Amino acid sequence: MTAHYLQGRYAEGAVPVAWVTSGFPVELLRPLGFHTVYPENHAAICGVKRLVTTLAAAAEEEGYSRDLCSYARTDLGSAFTGQTPVGRLPRPDLLCCCTNICQTVLYWYRALAERFRVPLVLIDTPYVYGEAPPHRLRYVRDQLEEAVRVAERVARRRVEPEELREVTRLAREGSLLWGECLAMSQSRPAPWTGIDGFFHMAPIVSLRGTEECNAYYRMLRDELADRVKRGVGGIREERHRLLWDNLPIWFWIRPLATLLAEHGFNFVCTSYTSAWAEAGRRVDPLDPFGSAAVAYTHVILNEDLRHRLATLSRLAREYRVDGAVLHSDRSCKPYSIGQVDLRQILSEELEIRVLLLEADHSDPRSFAAEAGENRLMAFMEGFA
Amino acid sequence: MIAAALGVDVGSTTCKAVAVDEVGRILKSAVEPADPRVEPQVLRLLEAVRGEAGPLVPVGATGYGRKRVKGGRAVTEITCHARGAFARTGRPGLLVDMGGQDTKAIRLGELGQVLDFAMNDKCAAGTGRFLEVILGRLKVPLGEVAALAAGAGRAVLVSSTCTVFAESEVISLVAAGEPLDGIVRGLCLSLASRVAALARGPGAKARDVFLSGGLALNAAMVAALAEQMGRPVLVVPDPQLVGALGAALSVLPAAA
Repeated sequence: MTAHYLQGRYAEGAVPVAWVTSGFPVELLRPLGFHTVYPENHAAICGVKRLVTTLAAAAEEEGYSRDLCSYARTDLGSAFTGQTPVGRLPRPDLLCCCTNICQTVLYWYRALAERFRVPLVLIDTPYVYGEAPPHRLRYVRDQLEEAVRVAERVARRRVEPEELREVTRLAREGSLLWGECLAMSQSRPAPWTGIDGFFHMAPIVSLRGTEECNAYYRMLRDELADRVKRGVGGIREERHRLLWDNLPIWFWIRPLATLLAEHGFNFVCTSYTSAWAEAGRRVDPLDPFGSAAVAYTHVILNEDLRHRLATLSRLAREYRVDGAVLHSDRSCKPYSIGQVDLRQILSEELEIRVLLLEADHSDPRSFAAEAGENRLMAFMEGFA
Repeated sequence: MIAAALGVDVGSTTCKAVAVDEVGRILKSAVEPADPRVEPQVLRLLEAVRGEAGPLVPVGATGYGRKRVKGGRAVTEITCHARGAFARTGRPGLLVDMGGQDTKAIRLGELGQVLDFAMNDKCAAGTGRFLEVILGRLKVPLGEVAALAAGAGRAVLVSSTCTVFAESEVISLVAAGEPLDGIVRGLCLSLASRVAALARGPGAKARDVFLSGGLALNAAMVAALAEQMGRPVLVVPDPQLVGALGAALSVLPAAA
């Protein structure tokens, strides 16, 4: 990831640069030689580095509401001020936005397009109730084909079908490898923690469709498999296994990890990290556009609550968890809506303890650490 | 009788301490308004209840200041209130604790274990502070609330969204000539409606509703909560001491 951001410093003028949302089928841009920047990933780095308050304030001064997603405010603030913890972000030649994660990205990328005066390609993915009907998938597929034509014009070269098949194959392989890494935690004790997963997910999000990404996960999988074989856990003593729903609390991740580990609790699975193992496996090198339409329409945030519930229940069973923490994320409304019902249904159907924890993925001003810790402690005491 | 364990509940509004015997009965208790200098106050209250017990008697601590209690074992309010209430009632059900800045709804199992809980997040409009602030504005002592509310002809509607806004709302109501007793009754109902909403999640399946915390000493509040929840509300004996009792029980040797 360091190399990726380092390359970014020298990308401008050398290769075409695209800024993309985390749910965009980035692999389709790979053959054109784009250096890709993920504003969301960048905002998460700002969160861990505790720069959000400064950057978000810059966006708020420009009139953006504090009720907006803190990722959006952080990145707009970074664009307005030029401040970033990664040295320098290359200016985009193309903006790629897919609404499968939320509608906020649409307005966020429009603001970026206005600022940078570059083309914006938008993939609008209709919300899915059950399974997406063929005409909607066709609609998404048509947009994907058009997006690649725009990207070709920006990059000034054409994509060969063979190249698309190859990157799609790589993307699929990467997602499957990531899935294998996550599945290692079905062992007892889990060889790593869900919090480790939040950090190791960066390549599958940002470098999907590259051999570097896949090499990374082969190495990670082998190391985890070795730990499983030797019975080495992610924490010293795993007494209770938990599921985490929603994004991490980036700025509070260390206190959270310490608090849990001290009491023998491990997040062995998270719906968030799993999302990148779920969608990518549906892409198919034989039909890059058609399969991408299916894969990127059926992502957890673009599917109904019934699907969310089924996903959480399945994870809870596969990873044999004793409890779940649903992070009610002030910044991510699509992920947080319905959690009150999810909480009740999960606790009744699976007979597990479920905690609703109010926080924010990156704005510390929307989080009361004392109250948060109190809730978690009380939740953990309940297992005694 | 010599105390077998001490418990202290360092709350946001009051600080409570109890001494219990080896079966967990309260021998002695002390309550003071909370002092921001936590350590000396805790020492003073523990000394007040310690009696003949020596320095080695175990101390359980709960409440916001629990980590500041030297030599005490810190346990969260949820666990302590559950233990304290179950020790006094011996029955499963929904426990509502209305404290100064926290309102908790806890569902207790057959053995007194915590099955589920909910607490007010981010905002303290559904807690004792709400009444404290507004009664202060109306110059009504807490002790007169029950009589005023009981004598009110009708309740005047007061919103409970925000303590600060409710304060200005109440000022306008007084200015508009609304009767004071009706406003006080309205305040109790407004607070109770917010608490009832919080309790709906964990309390959906509980048969009995118990109330603890300083506000449980207030008959008007108990009546208002029963009205809003649509079922009887039983006050846990010594409601203000439930947290401190639970803290003491958490370190009581026999119970450990």
